[in-house]
Amino acid sequence: MTRLFARHRILLPILSLAVLLAATFYMQPRAMSYFGVNLLFNLAVPIALATVAQMMIIMVNDIDLSLGAFVSLVACVTATFLHDTPVLGVLILAGLIAAYAGLGVLIHRFELPAIVVTLGMSFVWGGIALSILPSPGGTAPPWIRSLMTVKPSLVPMAVVAAVLIAAVTHFLIIRTGIGTVLRGVGGNAASVARAGWPVLRLKALAYALAGLFGVLAGMALVGLTTSADANIALRYTLLSIAGVILGGGEFIGGKVSPVGAVIGALTLALAASFLSFLRLSPDWQIGAQGAILILVLTARLIFTRRDGQEG
Amino acid sequence: MNSAKVTGTPLVALTNAEKHFGAVRALDGVSLSIFPGECIGLVGHNGAGKSTLVNLVNGGLMPSAGTVSFPATGAPRALEAGVRSVFQELSLCPNLTVAENLRISHADLTGFGWRTRARAEIRKSLDTVFPDHGIDPNITVDRLTIAERQMVEIAIGFAPRGTQARLVILDEPTSSLDAAIAEQLLAHIRRFCAQGGAVLFISHMMGEIFDVASTIVVMKDGKIVASRPTPDFTRASLVEAMGHVAGPETEKAATSRPAFGADILNSKTGLTASKGEVVGLAGLAGHGQAEALAQLYFEHTSSWRAGKGSDMVFVAGDRGRDGILPLWSILRNTTVSILPQIARRGIVDRAAETRIAAEWKARIGIRTADVTNNILSLSGGNQQKVLFARALASKAPVVVMDDPMRGVDVGTKQDVYAMIRSEAAKGRTFLWYSTETDEVCQCDRVFVFRDEAISAELTGADITEDRILEASFEMQGVDA
Repeated sequence: MTRLFARHRILLPILSLAVLLAATFYMQPRAMSYFGVNLLFNLAVPIALATVAQMMIIMVNDIDLSLGAFVSLVACVTATFLHDTPVLGVLILAGLIAAYAGLGVLIHRFELPAIVVTLGMSFVWGGIALSILPSPGGTAPPWIRSLMTVKPSLVPMAVVAAVLIAAVTHFLIIRTGIGTVLRGVGGNAASVARAGWPVLRLKALAYALAGLFGVLAGMALVGLTTSADANIALRYTLLSIAGVILGGGEFIGGKVSPVGAVIGALTLALAASFLSFLRLSPDWQIGAQGAILILVLTARLIFTRRDGQEG
Repeated sequence: MNSAKVTGTPLVALTNAEKHFGAVRALDGVSLSIFPGECIGLVGHNGAGKSTLVNLVNGGLMPSAGTVSFPATGAPRALEAGVRSVFQELSLCPNLTVAENLRISHADLTGFGWRTRARAEIRKSLDTVFPDHGIDPNITVDRLTIAERQMVEIAIGFAPRGTQARLVILDEPTSSLDAAIAEQLLAHIRRFCAQGGAVLFISHMMGEIFDVASTIVVMKDGKIVASRPTPDFTRASLVEAMGHVAGPETEKAATSRPAFGADILNSKTGLTASKGEVVGLAGLAGHGQAEALAQLYFEHTSSWRAGKGSDMVFVAGDRGRDGILPLWSILRNTTVSILPQIARRGIVDRAAETRIAAEWKARIGIRTADVTNNILSLSGGNQQKVLFARALASKAPVVVMDDPMRGVDVGTKQDVYAMIRSEAAKGRTFLWYSTETDEVCQCDRVFVFRDEAISAELTGADITEDRILEASFEMQGVDA
């Protein structure tokens, strides 16, 4: 069984989500409905998008500590410019994606540690967000609002969105040629460069993809909350990193799983609800979330170690 | 065995190619043409310029002077000319599957269903080179053994990848393969050359070189010193071509080996040393010398107890990685090994620290105005002197040195040799791994490593360049 789990790294995230879901339904049987499931998971949609964005960065052996501030900024832009002057709004969002690509170039070209650059950028994004929306406010553009509150028959929006995000990113990163080369950059950048690939451009692409998914996360978040705030998504930084790792990714070596990342995001969102159902005081919830994370990671480590010994 | 049938235009032609790294002439005017159907065996000792030559041919480096061209195809770059390299260090992406790794080096593999085509291509190539390989193209590379990874890398090298492999450079391709698999590879090289391909083959296994090469090219000090059809070489003449013919070591042979006491060191790997002896570790780079030293060092030291001085100190060769503390001063870098000895109740004795640093600055000749300057203000050679001072300042009776003279100028080397000699005379034991043969020839005893094991132990007059070369290269299967 260890071999099975080590070879198919996706099994453990699926199992964790299933166990947590079962526990939640046991605690609160009324959550087992169309409305209940949507409520449990709709806030997971922006988290899933942010997790995918973080995955793009981790895929090329970097880490993004500015993602939460960036998603907050996007939320502010969405609730103000995109609502009032859509053309300008779209331009700003496109500019933000380009800025992310530029960050990738900067980090690779000058061999800067991504952790430092992105930590610095988090203050830049936060500052811009504050100057756009000094106090909570703004309005979600109606089309995003209706998109996020759509009620498909049979399956709730949150589930459809999660499956869609997982499918699209899986195709992009795992199935396409360029996605394979991008993962190769994380695995062995030197050999990718030797095969004639422009690694600088590939890194810019990875960062641009992260920017794109960060923008989508911010827009989705505003669609759910209807208004924005400069600090609305600060916890996304750590949630997204945790989601990637929970979903079977590794910090280095280009080992990432888009489907796993989405499942990881869902698990983290669900863990928060589960702990509320346990009537755990919010003060303890962050710690308990951390405990769940450590538990899953320990399980994974045991499986890979055992497999290594057998193997 | 294969007689060279040299016809047509060369696949690659180097004319007076030179490559300098700073003041170092890694390649000093090399002219070489490789024709279709040829298999060139490239041999030479450490630092002879083999890797630099390979990197010029495959486009990894640009020549400082002279030209590299690809007349047969007229292509401007090595990649388009069908030049493929299989490197000694494994260069696959471990997180990708075997088929995906082919995609990395085959950029034209695009569009719908590229995975199926990639799988088919790599499977076909593996089947051709290594029949019965048993490697699944869908498995991720990190689940393969080292030998299997090497096989995949070789198969990717020979795969058509949209065009056709014309010249395949194999750098120590058999080092991690067992004999049967290696034989499959050699058979494939012969087939490949018979069909008009060319191979540049680097190996420390002389038997393989004699077996498969049609021409043997010998390099030394950045130059080609011999290039002849294989049948014109014998085992003896090849070793002779690699080394310099009779040198200063003849004087050395005259001085008799001083008598040493019983061995004070005995490691699992078979290294032994007695008090006051300078023991050299030789052989081609990367054949387990550094690992043997590291293992020995860790066996004799503890991560928990620093105590009042352990019985072994380590001098790092890779200064940047495991030598200097780049943010600290010269003084701090020197005294870090002896802090427990000069501390009083856990507080560092600043006066003693300064005294010791000043003493070593004078003794070993560290060229600086002030020892409180940052360590990075020193040249590489002087940084290395600081590392020596750090080791010698301790009372440890055994000093382990991992290729410490890397990138050190001649003057410093002479200073350090003298220091080692005088310390050895006082009863210290040195274990010294060096990639330079003339350094190893100064030792009292030499262990030559090959394939992660000791292949020869030489003492006294036996320590000659020829004997070391002979033991560094696998000579089995060569008719003398």
